[in-house]
Amino acid sequence: MGAYFSEIFKGLWSLFIGMSITFREFFKPVVTVPYPYETLKMPERYRGHVELIEDEEGKPNCIVCMACERACPSNCISLDGEKPEGSKKKVLTKYRLDFTKCSLCGSCVEACKFNALTFSKEYNLASTRKEDFYFDLLQRLEDRNK
Amino acid sequence: MSTTLLNVIFAVVAAIAFAALNAAYLVWAERRGAGRIQRRPGPNINGPLGLLQPPIDGLKLMAKQLMIPGGTDKVLFIAAPVLSMFPAIMSFVTIPFSSTIVARNMDVGLLMIFAFASSGSMALLFAGWSSRNKYAMMSAVRSVSQAVAYEIPMLITAMTIVMMTGTMNLMEIVNQQGPSILHWNIFPVFGNSHNLLMPFSFLIFFTCTLAETNRAPFDLGEAESELVAGFHIEYGSMGFGLFFMAEYANIVIGSCVTTILFLGGWHPPLPFLGFIPGVIWFLLKIYMLIATFIWIRWTFPRTTIYGLLNLSWKILIPLSLFNLLFTAGLLKVF
Repeated sequence: MGAYFSEIFKGLWSLFIGMSITFREFFKPVVTVPYPYETLKMPERYRGHVELIEDEEGKPNCIVCMACERACPSNCISLDGEKPEGSKKKVLTKYRLDFTKCSLCGSCVEACKFNALTFSKEYNLASTRKEDFYFDLLQRLEDRNK
Repeated sequence: MSTTLLNVIFAVVAAIAFAALNAAYLVWAERRGAGRIQRRPGPNINGPLGLLQPPIDGLKLMAKQLMIPGGTDKVLFIAAPVLSMFPAIMSFVTIPFSSTIVARNMDVGLLMIFAFASSGSMALLFAGWSSRNKYAMMSAVRSVSQAVAYEIPMLITAMTIVMMTGTMNLMEIVNQQGPSILHWNIFPVFGNSHNLLMPFSFLIFFTCTLAETNRAPFDLGEAESELVAGFHIEYGSMGFGLFFMAEYANIVIGSCVTTILFLGGWHPPLPFLGFIPGVIWFLLKIYMLIATFIWIRWTFPRTTIYGLLNLSWKILIPLSLFNLLFTAGLLKVF
């Protein structure tokens, strides 16, 4: 008999505790972000697709050593460069990333010895067309510097 | 046209408008409240604070085609949503919003409200049966067993109040609860009885109201994780809309009855606050109860059907019966 009543009162008390918790939550500020209108800043270690790093003059750090292309397990990087007249270093003329195959493993960034590649913070990449995911990273670098 | 007829028409229009407006904006309040409890904003796109969401939803529902699936019992299928709305509208007739605002003051107002409230589960049974869907059928069976189980403690508790006040007239019940908060039926000190169990009897009544209106945590009838949507699974467009509106109209009725029986109706909590019209106090009280309904829904998970029936048969019915006997004894002694 005593157990019957103590069960009722314990149960009722636990309900009041639950309600006090939701009551406190009600007055706390909203934690969600209204996504399409506002976006979060991506954390430092977020891995987006790769991006070229530029030097002070806005030119890519890349010296076209092809290490990234060789390191890529999915063969999604293809780059090309040429040596202009009178210059000692090669200059990057084409850097294509096939993002449809990329698995964001980061082998290219690890393989790069010249601080030329990094992960971007891009994540709004939805599209209905495959062509939208063939990135020209050199073009993106130029667009960024405009 | 006689004034009586005009009165009736006005009361009907007012009741329907009040029920529909409440239904629409309680959905908004519910979604906003749920959002705040879960630390998100809730509907906030359409209009300021999302206030245009209910009319837009209503328009969408009205614009949709009314589908009647094959193999259904057509008459019952169409009748069910109408039947679910009608007890709620009918109950507004006798509910006194203040000492002057009441459509028809009846000597058996309380009885009438409970009579119509029990016909609400008939609508759920019709909907579940006529849909020819196993989930809907299951839900109808659950709803009816739930309604049977919870009407008993609810009516016994209402009976304690009727014994104390000696009347079923809702106006009279409220009039006996003046003038201050200490005279309300929920508090035992200066009220009609000196029954110390009145706060518990309020809790029993409130729990039963939750169960009778099929609200969470007792919404076994439309347990979406088990029964998809329960009895209204086959309903689209305004058929669904009517069930939805009926749910909220029933909540309003439940809060009105709880306010009248336990919280002193239109009486202000302190006598010197009497300069504020009674209808404002009444609406304030019912909306606080409705807020509690919403708060409870977003706090507790759904019970099981066994837990639900055990709570009623093993706890609420014995306790309310004991309360009835105790009150009867007190009335005899004092």
